[in-house]
Amino acid sequence: MTDLLAKARTTGTDEARPEPAVPRVTGGPAHVSLGTRRRLGPGRALPYGRLIGPALLVLVWWTASASGYLDPRILSSPGTVVATAADLLESGRLQDNVLISLQRAGLGLFFGVSAGVILAVAAGLSRSGEYLLDGPLQIKRAIPSLAMLPLLILWLGIGEQMKVTVIALGVAVNMYINTYASLTGIDSKYVELAEGLDLGRGQFIRKVVVPGSLPGFFVGLRLGVTSSWLGLIVVEQINATNGIGYMMFQAQQYAQSDVIIVGLVAYGIFGFASDAAVRAVERKVLSWRRTLAG
Amino acid sequence: MATHTGGLTEDRPAIRTARLVRRFGDRDVLKELDLTVAQGEFTALLGRSGSGKSTLLRAVARLDHTVEGSGELVVPDRVSLSFQDSRLLPWLRVLDNVILGLRGPRVRERGLTALAEVGLEGRDRSWPHELSGGEQQRAALARALVRDPELLLADEPFGALDALTRIKMHDLLRELYERHRPAVLLVTHDVDEAVELADRVLVLEDGRISVDLRIDLPSPRSRRAPRFQEYRDTLLAALGVAQPQLTH
Repeated sequence: MTDLLAKARTTGTDEARPEPAVPRVTGGPAHVSLGTRRRLGPGRALPYGRLIGPALLVLVWWTASASGYLDPRILSSPGTVVATAADLLESGRLQDNVLISLQRAGLGLFFGVSAGVILAVAAGLSRSGEYLLDGPLQIKRAIPSLAMLPLLILWLGIGEQMKVTVIALGVAVNMYINTYASLTGIDSKYVELAEGLDLGRGQFIRKVVVPGSLPGFFVGLRLGVTSSWLGLIVVEQINATNGIGYMMFQAQQYAQSDVIIVGLVAYGIFGFASDAAVRAVERKVLSWRRTLAG
Repeated sequence: MATHTGGLTEDRPAIRTARLVRRFGDRDVLKELDLTVAQGEFTALLGRSGSGKSTLLRAVARLDHTVEGSGELVVPDRVSLSFQDSRLLPWLRVLDNVILGLRGPRVRERGLTALAEVGLEGRDRSWPHELSGGEQQRAALARALVRDPELLLADEPFGALDALTRIKMHDLLRELYERHRPAVLLVTHDVDEAVELADRVLVLEDGRISVDLRIDLPSPRSRRAPRFQEYRDTLLAALGVAQPQLTH
């Protein structure tokens, strides 16, 4: 049988091959009978493997600049960008602007996460909360936070308050949508278990609701972090007098592409680092889960 | 519907229902059901699917808030439940699952003692997914017993286990029962399991108790004993399963 199968599989490509005298247990060349089965998961993780992609990107950029393929007026070379970054660091401009930007994003993230989670718990645990909150928030979801910018400027002016509010709004909606989805998706059998064990409301929230909605919380947090950078970039172009966005806007006026790149790289590093940080926390907190990623 | 709970006194049964009705839509699943289970009595509840076994169990567990009904129900304060799935919270370690919601002093010590009793010593820090199916069900049993229940309600607790594990779990349950003496209401579809474990077997049919059979067998019970076979045949007949006459 094995032999027949092997023959069938090798027909046409391997006809000159002499037939073996005894039936082969391992079959023809199309067979892989030794070792383990074909793996369908992504396989073993490499330490710092996530950095390979970005490193490759920088390499391509550097090669293109060094070979003269990239005009420095269009895009400065990595070397120039690093030198400019060093200059900006020395003069203190970069740190000052970065700190201001981080503060804005951080405050927006803090308020957004808090509001999103509180709203999700309120909507997920009570019918009145669901009826009052979920509708408006689903509608808000359809309106990009940045589309509300004119209204927010009208209400809050162009100061820090408006900037933090815009960022927080975007974060809150992401947090709400994902945390709420995860929370309402908690298996009802766990709710029944909690009732059977006579858990109090507080204990039910701490032991069942919060851990059960953490997977969604982290999805929301990662989207929220990304959206906080996005909001930051936009609000820093509106009448700001400091921040990375302002620094880049100024550079545009003077055609300093290297400064713009420094700003972009700073945004990129923030985004990448914050996402990595959220992932690290997520892995630690959700260590009870068994997933495809392992 | 009237529901009372309270500590047990000598003359008080572990479960007493009178004219218990539970209704889904316009279908009465429990029809004025009267049932009394004495303290410390091991009762098994058999019935075809759809006969209302789970409805009765959930009513006695007082987990049926959304179900329409009437009648009288008296159960003790300390009622523990176990389900067909072990229902361990995947995000809590085994010990934290066992002591979930447990009040009183030395909670962790009591949890560890309960785990040792079901043969899971040293597994307290494991995650539920690291346990086998049988071990998960043991942990669920520890969670039920650590509450020192006056009444243990079990809804097909061995239904999802393989045959070998099931035999071990039968022995364990009986052993724990002998030691702690709670009243037990075991819902099962397995006639052999009911006759082997319980001192009294009820058959639920069409929303009422149709058979109330006392099992008088010495322990350890052997499935090959002629009396065992008699009980088994009686119950199978009551469940409407025709028994082919075997000649040995």
